[in-house]
Amino acid sequence: MNKQTLLEMLQQQGISRRGFLKYCTAITSMMALPPSMMPAVAAALESARRPSVIWLSFQECTGCTESLTRSHSPTVEGLIFDHISLDYHHTLQAASGDAAEHAREQAMHDNKGKYLVVVDGSIPLANPGYSTIAGISNLDMLNETVAGAAAVIAVGTCAAFGGLPQADPNPTGAVSVSSLIKDKPVINVSGCPPVPTVITGVLAHFLTFGSIPELDSLGRPKVFFGQSIHDRCYRRPFYDKGLFAETFDDEGAQKGWCLYRLGCKGPMTYNACATLKWNQQTSWPVESGHGCLGCSEPDFWDAGSFYKALSIPDGDYAKASGYAVAAGIAAGAAAGMLNKKTKSDAVARHTKVSVDDFAVNKETD
Amino acid sequence: MELFSTANDFLLWTRGDAFNIAVSIFLIGVFIRVLEIFLMGRKVDFSEPRGTEWGPGLKNIITRSVVDNGTFKRAPFVVIVGYIWHIGFFICILFFIPHIELINAMLGIKWPGLANPLVDATAAVTMFALVAMLWYRLTHPVLKFLSTYEDYLVWVVTFIPLLTGYLAYHRMIDPYPLALGLHILSVEVFLIVFPFTKLMHTITLFIARWYSGAMMGRKGIES
Repeated sequence: MNKQTLLEMLQQQGISRRGFLKYCTAITSMMALPPSMMPAVAAALESARRPSVIWLSFQECTGCTESLTRSHSPTVEGLIFDHISLDYHHTLQAASGDAAEHAREQAMHDNKGKYLVVVDGSIPLANPGYSTIAGISNLDMLNETVAGAAAVIAVGTCAAFGGLPQADPNPTGAVSVSSLIKDKPVINVSGCPPVPTVITGVLAHFLTFGSIPELDSLGRPKVFFGQSIHDRCYRRPFYDKGLFAETFDDEGAQKGWCLYRLGCKGPMTYNACATLKWNQQTSWPVESGHGCLGCSEPDFWDAGSFYKALSIPDGDYAKASGYAVAAGIAAGAAAGMLNKKTKSDAVARHTKVSVDDFAVNKETD
Repeated sequence: MELFSTANDFLLWTRGDAFNIAVSIFLIGVFIRVLEIFLMGRKVDFSEPRGTEWGPGLKNIITRSVVDNGTFKRAPFVVIVGYIWHIGFFICILFFIPHIELINAMLGIKWPGLANPLVDATAAVTMFALVAMLWYRLTHPVLKFLSTYEDYLVWVVTFIPLLTGYLAYHRMIDPYPLALGLHILSVEVFLIVFPFTKLMHTITLFIARWYSGAMMGRKGIES
């Protein structure tokens, strides 16, 4: 771990104490902490030493890293990323091969029990050869690196829930980090990619409190994943009024009405896009006119068309209904025939009794 | 192995396989019941008709849906609350936008929906009315005596979709995919139970009312 504290590093870069406190206020509010907590956050960050972070990229598309490196200074995420010690990130680091692996081993050795492991990408279990780094399988590298870690942050939906590699039929046998790591805290920061601020928020929480934030049932920080897109969407009033865009270029779309009918998955998606937004708070998917894909939820790739409303069934119901109608007609006709037969059998069995019959009976008595 | 790994997995199942199974059972059951009725046939009526059948039959469907004074005086509670929940139930089914989307996707027809708060309020009133109906059934000595297991089953499968829909809309079950999945599943149970219980009256009442009207028409009596 680097000897310098965060405050010392900021001062070195010419950032004033006032600037530092403003930054702490932003972090406090971002983590949904009460304003009274700001001095505590400032005190914790002042004395925080740069934590060592080891970043492992497995079966992923680098979109998560792309997202995170789009944080422009002096944003909160920029400051945080400048001031963690990113000791290993084979996509970003200059070193490669043995030198890179050596950096990872060194960081693990020097900061045993204290470093953070960030994982993006899923881990293939079908065949270790599907994804390797320096000849080491993803599974082996994960187990080895996590053994001495303080906590693991699974960044992106692939690491958090299996994501695209796990989509049906899951050819590589891809699994999430949390399905493999049971003895260390795993924080899922899902999204395809996740909101950069959410990562930095989790890191800031760890630096401030030395613990992991409160998590939801899927292991995601409640501060960022506690509310659905739908609940925080600025287009929500249109949903409630029943005003919907029906195509991407109709009057409703131009007026910014609700995108539910165009397949928006906002109601079932828990993420912070609607509040934190993207690209320096410029916009976010729904604001840009496209429905939410539900990318921070498990199985989102297999959840049917992105352009089908959430209430529409996903299976081949037309085919099933067709067969059912045919079967119903056949069975109904058969039942009708059976009823007719029962009726005609009853008629056939019916024997007419006349007065004479009684007379015969009398005689035999 | 867990049946469903996540709430989303459960939701996908209710929107996929479970939906297909429920709709298939519903359609098979309804077709069997309706065909059975029609194939039963009627004896040929040799009497000379005094009027037409179709017009009076259709008229009877409407006139029999209007309360007659006698029934109202005998059981005003059943009539008023019965109407309230039936109408409310159909408003919830037919005028909630996500439901219209479902009908449009399956049948290719659609109509304007109502604003969500209106459907929401209707759902609340409908549930209240249904609870009142159950309370009436349980406290009225004759009605209680006549009630069978099926009557209570039908009440439950009708009430649960309303309740889960209400909870899902207000996001009172966490996470939302679980809430929506439970709502869809409860409707699927309703669909499966429908053809084999008195819920079939949704369809057969039209046949029955048309038939009585047609008979009356044939006999020259006002339907």
